[in-house]
Amino acid sequence: MKRRSLFAMATLAAALLVPMGVQAQGKTLKVVPHANVTILDPIWSTAFVTRNHGYMIYDTLFGTDMAGKVKPQMVDKWNVSKDNLTWTFTLRDGLEFHDGKPVTSEDVVASIKRWTSRDSFGGVLARSVDNYSAPDAKTFVIKLKQPFGVMLEALGKPSSNVLFIMPARIAATPGSEQIKENIGSGPYKFVSGEYKPGERLVYVKNEKYKPRSEAPDGTTGGKQVHVDRVEWVIIRDPQTQFNALVAGEVDIVEQPTFEQYASLKAQKDIYLVDAQPAGLQYIFRFNHLHAPFNNVKIRQAAMVALGQEAHLKTQVGAPGMFTFCKSMYPCGTPFASEKTGIYTGMADPKKAAQMLKDAGYDGTPVLLMRPTDLASIAKLPLVAKQQLEAAGFKVDMQQMDWATLVARRAKKDAPAQGGWNAFMTAWTAGDILNPLTMAMMNAAGDKGWFGWQDDKQIEDLKVKFAQATTDAQKKQIAEQIQLRAMETASHVPLGQYFNPAALRKNVTGLVPGGAQVYWNIKKN
Amino acid sequence: MLRFLLQRLLALIPVLFTVAVIVFLILRLTPGDPAAVIAGNNATNEDIDRIREQLGLTKPLLTQFGIWLSGVVQGDLGYSFYLGKPVTELIAQRIEPTLSLAIGTMLISVLVAVPLGTLAAWRMGGWLDRILSGFAVAGFSVPVFVIGYVLIYIFAIELQWLPVQGYRRLFGPSSQGFGAWAYQLVLPWVSLATIYVALIARVTRASVSEALTEDYIRTARAKGVSEQAVLLRHALANAAVPIVTVIGIGIALLIGGVVVTETVYAIPGLGSLTVDAVLNRDFPVIQGVVLFFSVLYVLINLLVDLSYFWLDPRIRY
Repeated sequence: MKRRSLFAMATLAAALLVPMGVQAQGKTLKVVPHANVTILDPIWSTAFVTRNHGYMIYDTLFGTDMAGKVKPQMVDKWNVSKDNLTWTFTLRDGLEFHDGKPVTSEDVVASIKRWTSRDSFGGVLARSVDNYSAPDAKTFVIKLKQPFGVMLEALGKPSSNVLFIMPARIAATPGSEQIKENIGSGPYKFVSGEYKPGERLVYVKNEKYKPRSEAPDGTTGGKQVHVDRVEWVIIRDPQTQFNALVAGEVDIVEQPTFEQYASLKAQKDIYLVDAQPAGLQYIFRFNHLHAPFNNVKIRQAAMVALGQEAHLKTQVGAPGMFTFCKSMYPCGTPFASEKTGIYTGMADPKKAAQMLKDAGYDGTPVLLMRPTDLASIAKLPLVAKQQLEAAGFKVDMQQMDWATLVARRAKKDAPAQGGWNAFMTAWTAGDILNPLTMAMMNAAGDKGWFGWQDDKQIEDLKVKFAQATTDAQKKQIAEQIQLRAMETASHVPLGQYFNPAALRKNVTGLVPGGAQVYWNIKKN
Repeated sequence: MLRFLLQRLLALIPVLFTVAVIVFLILRLTPGDPAAVIAGNNATNEDIDRIREQLGLTKPLLTQFGIWLSGVVQGDLGYSFYLGKPVTELIAQRIEPTLSLAIGTMLISVLVAVPLGTLAAWRMGGWLDRILSGFAVAGFSVPVFVIGYVLIYIFAIELQWLPVQGYRRLFGPSSQGFGAWAYQLVLPWVSLATIYVALIARVTRASVSEALTEDYIRTARAKGVSEQAVLLRHALANAAVPIVTVIGIGIALLIGGVVVTETVYAIPGLGSLTVDAVLNRDFPVIQGVVLFFSVLYVLINLLVDLSYFWLDPRIRY
C-alpha cells in the first residue's frame, strides 16, 4: 500500500510539474536531421543539411522528379528561340515571399546570379550567358552566347547548390558572404526567433503558399503542408536518436546508422522510408599529380584491384541497403551506363598485379587518408588497403579526423611533404547526376577538383554536353565522358547504398526524391 | 582577506594571457583547416583560398593574435566562422544547460555523499561502509554513457516515467517553469552524480574517519556530547576542508567534462558546442570557450580557497 501511495504521489507530482506545452505536439512534426545545421545559407554552403533547410523555406524555378525529369515549379511556362539562344520564362501567379512581397522576375535574376557565382554547374551556365533581363514582373529572359542544352537541368538541379529563389535585396549579398536573413517563398517559414544553433530549428506553415496541383514527386509537384509546425531537433548521438524515436519524442530520424536498421524494423511503431531512392555512391579518388597515381596505367591497375562487394558489405552490411553499380552515374538515374571500359566493379587482384608489373610500379607507397570520425565512410579505406595490397601495392594508410583530411586534401604537395595519394568519400546521387555536376569529372587540372586530373578531352566533351539540345545527344555524350573517365581512371565508383529514414507509424507522406524534403507529411 | 582576494583576481591576468597564447598556437599548429571544412566536398582550391582570406587566416599569426586579443580585452571573443554569431552570444546561450547539469549534479552528489560518507566513517567496517565501498568501485568503473543508456532504457523507454532527451530552459522567454526544467534533467543528474557520489563519499569517509581519531573527539565524548553532535559539529566540521576541495575540483571538472552526458541526453550545453567547434576547427569558438572555462576554474578555485576561512579559523593567508 505504502509503495503504491508513494508511486501515485510521485506520478501526481510529475504530472503537475510537466508543462502544458506537451499538448501542442499534435500538430508539430519533430525531425532529427542527419547533422547539425551550422550554416543557414544554402548558396554559401553545399552541406546537405543546409540544402534540406533551403527546401523548407525556399522555392525553386524547376525541380527534378524521381525519374530524373525536370519539371516546372515556380515557372508557369517557358520557351526557347529557334537558335536556342534565348530562353524566356514566365512565373506562376500568386508567388509571394514570407515578408508579404510578391516574387518578381528581378528577384529571380538576382538569385540566379548569386547561385552561379557559387555553384559549379551554375558557373558553367554563367559562362554561356550573354545577359539576363526582366522585361516585366513575371517574365525573365536568359540570353546565351552559345546554346546551353542543359538549362533546365541547371535551373532544376536537386542537390547542392540548389537554385533557391530569394528576394533580390538578399540575393544581392555577394556569394562569398553569408546571407543575414532567411526569407523565401517556400512552403514553410523559418522562425528565426526560436533558432538555437546546435539545439533546434523551427519552421511554421506558410499559409500563403500556393502549391502546384500535381502530385509531389521528388522536388517537383505540389508542396502541400499538413502540419502547423516543424521542429528540427539536433540530436548527435545515434543511440539517443533511436531512443527518442522509439519513445515518441521525435517523429522522424533522417539517417539512422546502418547497424540500427535491424532493430528499427523490429519496432512495432516504426517503419522505414527510402527518402532518396537513387541512394548514395562511394568513390575512391586518385591524386593525379604525384607518384604512383600520376601514371594512368597504375591508376587502372588500382581500378581493377578494387571491388565493390567487399566495400559495401563491410561499410554498410545491412542487407538490402546497398547495390552493385559500376556506372559512374548512379544506377537508376538518366545517364547511368553499363559502358565502363576496363572497370568491372569486381576485384581482380591477379589481373591488377600483372597490370601493376607491366606499368613498372616501383613500390612507391600509396598514402591513403582515412577519416576516423565519419562512421558512414570510416571502414572503406580498410577494405581498399587490403585489396590494393593484394594486388601488390604498398599502402600507407593514415588516420585522421575529417577536418584534417579536407585540409590535407587541398594540398598539392607530394605525399611525403604533407600531401596525399588517395581518399574516399560518398556522394548523394543528386550531386553526381551528370558530367557537369560530378566533381570527379572536373578535369581542369590545377583549377579542378581535388586530385587535379588534367584531361582536355573530358573538358571538351563536357562543353559539348552543355550545348547538346536533345536527350539522346546528352546521353551519348555522357557515355563518352564516362568511357574517357574510366580510361583515364579519374576515380573508382564503389557502389551505391541507401539510408532510409525511420518514421513513427502515425507519420505518413514522406516524399522520396533527390533531397530530404518535408512537405506532404501528415501526422495523425 | 581583501588583499588576498585582490591578489588572486590580479593573478587572473597572466593566467588568461598564458592560456590565450597556448590555445591560439595549438589551434594554428594543429592539422585541419576551417576554410576547407566550410568549403565542403564540392569545393576547389580557389574556393578554399577565398574563404581562408575572408576568415582572416592568411594574415601573419602575430597579426591574427593581436586582432583577437584586442577584442578579448574589450569583451569581444570574436565571431563563429560557421554560425556568424558572436562567441559571447553562443556561450551565453549554452551556459545555462551546462551549469544546470553541473550544479544540479553537485548538489545531489553532496546531499547524498556527505551523509553517506560520514555514516560510513562512523561505522567503519559495517554494512553501510561495505556497500559504499562497492558503490564507489562501480561509480568509478562504469562509464557515464553506459549508466545513461541503462537509465534511459529503464525509466524512459520501458517505464516511460522520464524523457529520453532534450533540455527545457529555466530562464528566458521559452522557459516552461522550474518543473519542466527539473523533469528533463533528472536522468542526466543521476547519471553524472554516480561518479561524484562515489568520489565525495570516499573522501568524506576518509576525512571524517581521520578526524574521529583525534583527541578532541575523545574529549567531546568524555564530556557527554551526543554522538550526533560529535559527528556533525566536531568530526565533519574539522574534516570539511578536503571535502570542499574535492567538491570544488568536481564542479570544475563537471563544467568541462559534461560533454558525454550532453551528447547522450542531447543537452545543448558548452560541451557539445566545444566538440562541434573542435571538429569543425571553429577557432574563435574554441578560443573563446577555453578562455571562459579558464576564468571559471580560477574563480571556482578562489571560492574554494575563500571557503577555508570560514571552515577553518586556523587558516589565514
